[in-house]
Amino acid sequence: MDLNLTQTEARFRDEFRAWLALNLPPEWTGNISGEDRAEYLRYLRDWQLKLFEGGWAGISWPREFGGRGASLMEQAIFQEELASANAPPLIGTIGLSLVGPTIIALGTPEQKARYLAPILSGEEIWCQGFSEPNAGSDLASLNTKAVRDGDDFIINGQKIWTSFAQHADWCLQLVRTDARAPKHKGITCLLVDMRSEGLSVKPLRQMSGDSGFNEMFFSNVRVPVSQVLGEVNGGWTTAITALMNERANLGTGSQVLFKRNLETLIKRARTFPRNGKPASEDPLVRQKLAQAYLELEILRLNTNRALTSLSKTGVPGPEGSIQKLYWSEWNQRTQQTAQEIFGAYGQLSDFDRGMWQYGYLRSRGNTIEAGTSEIQRNIIAERVLGLPKSY
Amino acid sequence: MEFDLSKPQKLLKDSAREFLSRHCKPTRVRELMSTETANDDELWQAMADQGWTGLVIPEEYGGLGAELLDLAVVCEEMGNACLPGAFQATVFSSALIDRAASPKQKAQYLETIASGSLKATVAQLEETADWDLDAINLKAVRDNGRLLVSGRKLFVPDAAAADLLICVAASDSGNREAPVILPISKGADGVEIKSMPAMDETHKIYEVQFNNVSVNAVDVFGADGNARGALEQATQVATVALCAEMVGGMQWILDTTVEYAKTRHQFGRPIGSFQAVQHQCADMLLMTESARSATYYAAWAVTEGAPNAGMAVSIAKAYCSDAFREVGNRGVQVHGGIGFTWEHDLQLYYKRSKAAETIFGDATFHRERIARAVVDGD
Repeated sequence: MDLNLTQTEARFRDEFRAWLALNLPPEWTGNISGEDRAEYLRYLRDWQLKLFEGGWAGISWPREFGGRGASLMEQAIFQEELASANAPPLIGTIGLSLVGPTIIALGTPEQKARYLAPILSGEEIWCQGFSEPNAGSDLASLNTKAVRDGDDFIINGQKIWTSFAQHADWCLQLVRTDARAPKHKGITCLLVDMRSEGLSVKPLRQMSGDSGFNEMFFSNVRVPVSQVLGEVNGGWTTAITALMNERANLGTGSQVLFKRNLETLIKRARTFPRNGKPASEDPLVRQKLAQAYLELEILRLNTNRALTSLSKTGVPGPEGSIQKLYWSEWNQRTQQTAQEIFGAYGQLSDFDRGMWQYGYLRSRGNTIEAGTSEIQRNIIAERVLGLPKSY
Repeated sequence: MEFDLSKPQKLLKDSAREFLSRHCKPTRVRELMSTETANDDELWQAMADQGWTGLVIPEEYGGLGAELLDLAVVCEEMGNACLPGAFQATVFSSALIDRAASPKQKAQYLETIASGSLKATVAQLEETADWDLDAINLKAVRDNGRLLVSGRKLFVPDAAAADLLICVAASDSGNREAPVILPISKGADGVEIKSMPAMDETHKIYEVQFNNVSVNAVDVFGADGNARGALEQATQVATVALCAEMVGGMQWILDTTVEYAKTRHQFGRPIGSFQAVQHQCADMLLMTESARSATYYAAWAVTEGAPNAGMAVSIAKAYCSDAFREVGNRGVQVHGGIGFTWEHDLQLYYKRSKAAETIFGDATFHRERIARAVVDGD
């Protein structure tokens, strides 16, 4: 056991840190927001292009496909450094972490040649068309249909909760191609052009006010058969490959953001009054802040243990479920602690630029998105503890 | 970075499990807990022969000079087996002797602890039951080259089994920074030991009354002025060992509960197929693994002498204190009525979680320590 970085890991961190110091213009590190503004999107695309030109896009990908073949530990360091430098988010994150690795694993030579490079450069943004109004936790019950017509599939149906759909050029999409087969065996994965005729996107506004998700409507959308990723009716395997890659990313970047958020809260509690004294002197507030701090530290330790284990087995396992369950519930508890500290002020959108109001509301979605806490607990119970399936 | 036990540590852990499964079966645990001291001399010697009593004692004093994490994995298996007796108390004592005693004293005590012929305990808590060193009031009064102690210590673990009592007293100078650490042999004049009626019968605790007990000043530990630092460091070692024992207890409860959920049938199905039960078990796993991460990290940080070692220990104890109790609660809940019986071994672990919760400070105590470091800032 040695929790220090190895020489190679330290060199990697230093190299990326130095690159960031040179290439992340200071005016970019502020709190630029406004997800729908064209200017903001251009800025995000430029940022990914810059990373790509520096050789820092898709670092986990094998070198032959333009990556660095970075180890899991290096990927974690990469995420931490990005977050520590307050770098903008990666607009192509679904392509980089989910679609790209799946195409590398299951794509045809033509698909690899066509799609991988623009994912790295950020030229083409991807979204992931999985969930449907009646297929959320029970993803395999999806029923957006694709019917074979000559060299095309014709898609009809609806997707929902699709992040980035409003900006995306392509969609990794699950459709039902055999309605009579058992539900896991009639699904196919398609690479769909978001500019296809008959495809429309409608942003969904969240309770936090922003629109991270979308609905997608498909009305006789034609997709050539050559766009199948994996096997026809073998789409469930493709989906699992994609989701495993998603969960292998253990959220190391968001932990840095959580840490920064907690530090801001603690700093703020030192001046915000409670019963005539700074809130930070209130014994209950101190207990809650200390609990948030120690739990976040344990999240980091759990992550490092999981990364070590993943590095040895090479197979993403249920570790991701434990991580997801932990951080999503931690964030909700901590946002509630912030609300308790600020009392009536916490709810205001003009108090501390609305960060506590937004943080509280946004955290509500954490235990639902990317697999609810209930689904994560099912996965832990069945796949780690070996309990019998409940459904 | 590598956050995992080394191969030798995994082997050590496996061999400890195997050893305890033979020498410390649940029936033996119950036999021992019904004795006055819950101590088994034969088992103690066998553990000493395995090297366990000397694991973190330096080689020059007859120990193995191993890392704290090595001790932690052994303690984890002891916790899993619900090993009764004075091992934890002796770990605290040997860590304190190693840090506070002179080379001559170390040779005298550590070699006998490592060989298995000496058990020891530390008498620290008083009426306030406060683990803060500043709460120690019992004074060691200087008198002609001797120190005299009169007063009472409470919640002293395994005092009846211990051959050596280490009494932590306050200096009669009133200097709180300089506690006095007094080795007192079992049977010394003026020492009275009385059992306290504790919940956990596998780790006995005692009230120790000192009536004008006299210790030669040259025998006192930490005479060179490092007593407080030595106590703080030894407490870190002992806290990690205790956390590891707690993790082992959590693992036992988790394994036993999952096994039960797979075999117990209601409504024609194993109860483990119901999500309400599955989710309890999933939470137990999350708590157990998180407690383990925190404990292993604290062990590593203490061994490395990391600047945040004290913080790492507080994080581990705060988390383990809450988690062990909560894992116990979930475990009993999933078992239903049978888990509430005297007959089922769950009760042993359930009670131990309550006892361990407060030793070296409960979660509230350690959260306040964490708050002083991170909420108060510089």
